[in-house]
Amino acid sequence: MPNPTLLRQRLTALFLLGMLLWFSPLVLRFEQAGAVFGIPLLYLYLFGVWAVLVMAAAVILLRGHD
Amino acid sequence: MTDSAAGAGPISTALVVGISLGYLGLLFAIAWWADRRAAQGRSVTSHPTVYALSLAIYCTAWTFYGSVGRAAADGIGFLPIYLGPTLIALLWGSLLIKMVRVGKAQRITSIADFIASRYGKSQGLGGLVTVIAVVGVVPYISLQLEAIASGFTILLRYPEARMPTTVSRPFWQDTAFIVALVLAAFTILFGTRHRDASERHEGMVAAVAFESIVKLGAFMAVGIVVTLGLMGLGGPELPSATGNVAAQVILDPALPPFQDWVAISLLAAFAVMLLPRQFQVTVVESSDEQQIRRAIWLFPLYLLLINLFVIPIALAGLLTFPDGTVEADTFVLMLPIAFDRPWLALAVFIGGLSAATSMVIVETIALSTMVSNDLILPLMLRRWRGRPLHADVGRMLLLIRRGAIIVILLLGYAYYQVAADAYALVSIGLISFAAIAQFAPAVIGGLYWRGGTREGAAAGLLAGFSMWIYTLLLPSFAKSGWLPPTFHDSGILGIDALRAQALFGFDGWNEITHSLFWSLCANISAFVLVSSLRAPNATEAGQASAFVDALRRRSLTGQPLWRGRADITELIHLSERFLGTRRTRQAFADYARARGSTSIDGLPADGETVEFAENLLSGAIGGASARVMVASVTQEEALGLDEVLDILDEASQIRAYSHELEQKSRELEAATSELRAANLQLTELDRLKDDFMSSVTHELRTPLSAIRAFSEILYDDPEIELEERKRFLGILVSETERLSRLVNQVLDLAKIESGHVDWCIEDVALAEVVEQAIAAIGQLLDKRGIRLQRELPPLPLMVHADRDRLVQVLVNLLSNAAKFAPSEGGLIRVVLSATADRVRVCVHDNGPGIPPDDLDLIFEKFRQSASGGEKPIGTGLGLPISRRIIEQLGGRVWAEAGLDKGATLCFELPLLERDDITAA
Repeated sequence: MPNPTLLRQRLTALFLLGMLLWFSPLVLRFEQAGAVFGIPLLYLYLFGVWAVLVMAAAVILLRGHD
Repeated sequence: MTDSAAGAGPISTALVVGISLGYLGLLFAIAWWADRRAAQGRSVTSHPTVYALSLAIYCTAWTFYGSVGRAAADGIGFLPIYLGPTLIALLWGSLLIKMVRVGKAQRITSIADFIASRYGKSQGLGGLVTVIAVVGVVPYISLQLEAIASGFTILLRYPEARMPTTVSRPFWQDTAFIVALVLAAFTILFGTRHRDASERHEGMVAAVAFESIVKLGAFMAVGIVVTLGLMGLGGPELPSATGNVAAQVILDPALPPFQDWVAISLLAAFAVMLLPRQFQVTVVESSDEQQIRRAIWLFPLYLLLINLFVIPIALAGLLTFPDGTVEADTFVLMLPIAFDRPWLALAVFIGGLSAATSMVIVETIALSTMVSNDLILPLMLRRWRGRPLHADVGRMLLLIRRGAIIVILLLGYAYYQVAADAYALVSIGLISFAAIAQFAPAVIGGLYWRGGTREGAAAGLLAGFSMWIYTLLLPSFAKSGWLPPTFHDSGILGIDALRAQALFGFDGWNEITHSLFWSLCANISAFVLVSSLRAPNATEAGQASAFVDALRRRSLTGQPLWRGRADITELIHLSERFLGTRRTRQAFADYARARGSTSIDGLPADGETVEFAENLLSGAIGGASARVMVASVTQEEALGLDEVLDILDEASQIRAYSHELEQKSRELEAATSELRAANLQLTELDRLKDDFMSSVTHELRTPLSAIRAFSEILYDDPEIELEERKRFLGILVSETERLSRLVNQVLDLAKIESGHVDWCIEDVALAEVVEQAIAAIGQLLDKRGIRLQRELPPLPLMVHADRDRLVQVLVNLLSNAAKFAPSEGGLIRVVLSATADRVRVCVHDNGPGIPPDDLDLIFEKFRQSASGGEKPIGTGLGLPISRRIIEQLGGRVWAEAGLDKGATLCFELPLLERDDITAA
């Protein structure tokens, strides 16, 4: 099991990534970005980032569990 | 109970009431089962997944019905309420674990207790937090009651999908009132079974986790049905979006203004940790830190799933009810009704019921604990000062808590009645969050900053809360018509700069963002400024260290910050009043055993025991009151700040010292393993030496016994003929020669191995060495009739070496080849070649060759290749000596062989550069 400090560090990095992707002007670029199969890209982006964050956190913590 | 013809559709009042009560019964059964399992020591709620699911209590009826409402009104605007918690969850590895550790160590019972404990166990601070929480959260409870009641009314109108008309009726017939009473009964059963409020409510948590699954399932069921319809893959048919203006908000989404996007996320991130019910499930009910690791990803996953279908449902609602007669908040329930799916509608109702009841139950338990421990008990204690305590205060405390539950729910109902459909109810979700966010500076600041003081925290809370009242609560009253609209429109006293929702001209912001900004500004500045007026006193510094260093202090037994005189029986007596005799005796007996004392009476009345008693009491009445109570039966000598800092310093020195010790022991371990390895090597060398000795003696014995045998024959038998005698003497001479050669070589090898050889290093032309060696051994070759071929390049090929030693090596290789070359047609080739930086000498013979397995062996001492079954000739030391010499000179020796082609022995040495030669 990796040490707790390292786990915390990885999760903090993930937190910063989430801040960047959701709460920086990056998100504004998807506002008028059109649609894919009729689904506005903004929704796909927001939910996609969400899924990636959850998966990454799960991988970090579950792998650390072995 | 409703104005529709009850029982006309497939859904009758009796059915809905029956199913609702049946569902509550099921919850109770689950809670009972979980409590029983816990009593047997097989807790279900300590499972990390159950914990993560219980956190989903964050999603109330406001999420279940309200998210779709918000999405239908302004598109993506509902999402930050879930993005904030998702991100903050990633920081729980430090933030929440700190809170949980402190919570467990100090038996924290609520968020009010937490803040009060952090700033020196201040009763006043706990009371202030409680007031803020009650004011902020009770309207939120109203919202849940409203959701259940309106869901009920809508469902009963099935199959008609339209909003119920408001009918006024006496409150005892009102659905919401009955719901409030049922929930009060339920909460009392769930939540007030133990006197110790810090004890986990296993049953409640299990029921909440179950409800989380139900609400998620119901919501996703509607979502999937609707999505299939929208995509035209079966499911209900939906009208086209063309020409539907309202649907454009979904189909062409726009982000809310950036500052709102960020502010609401921040607000939600605070709420998910600081709302009384969230604090209850995350901190008070947690049992181990493994749970938090699971929750860090599972809770955000839950949020993702429950939000996945909000937009499709909102879109379907806007398409199905284009005329705006149906409120978007009810789309989740209205859509199944419009699609004529009674069971789906019922499932949705149960999902909403789950979302609302779990919130109401846990929130009420949390608030009632705060009200009893941090508001009423301190007041009671003040009134009773000096007088003896009531015999069983603990029992009274339980009654107070039950009373508080009923009062809180009735307050919630009263607010629901007064506010009804007014603005003040509908928008309460975020308004509540903004009130709770006022705890953030005190809590988060308190976990990372040691400088905060009691007055600082109180000032921050007061400033923030006042600002919240002014910028959010009062304007919501004004909008509901309870205050003159001028309050909102033109500011107090008509001063434009004081307009409640455009303070100092900050116009055009969302009211929540506006209020959050100003209230947090006021809160943080007051907290920091007032804290800076004086240094933390002894108690505050002690608690600051317990909170800030929570992650580091774990293994260290904290030194109690208490000195004075105490009487054990008094302490036990005090605990019995609150916790009852049995539990007190049990706890003290366990503690005595842990301290190595056989009975309670043997316990020393020292700081550690007093701290234990105070902690025990904290679980029942909160840290602040516990401190007051313990102080009333002991004589504490006040510790000065310097002393406290000394003790804390000592603790950190002990920590440093133990760290050093660990370091030392690690070094010692490393040294030990090195020694072990060295010892192993020595043993191996010793074994090699023994082998060598036995080989040498064996080799010496063979010629010796031959010499002895022939000498004896000569000695015993003087009659031997001259010829015979000569032959024997010849054998004697050759065996003696062999013996002395062997002894010389052994000595030589020993000298090389021990490093006692004086190497005479010079620049040597290798071709010359080869010639010299051939000259030395030429006689032997001639005698055996072996032909010798030289393949020498014209270059001198200089190396840096000891000439005589090199000759010795070549002689060894050549005599080895001569030994194996057949006596008839024997041929030896000496090949000298060079690469860019190395020079190589190879000696080929056409003898029997060396089996591949023996290629390395022949360079070991006394190992001779016994190919062809012949007894090998020679001492068996020539090649090992050669190898030592070549290795010493920086080269390598090896053998190559195919059995039929004879053997090849080669060595390589580094070539001396041309420049080196000229320089030399």
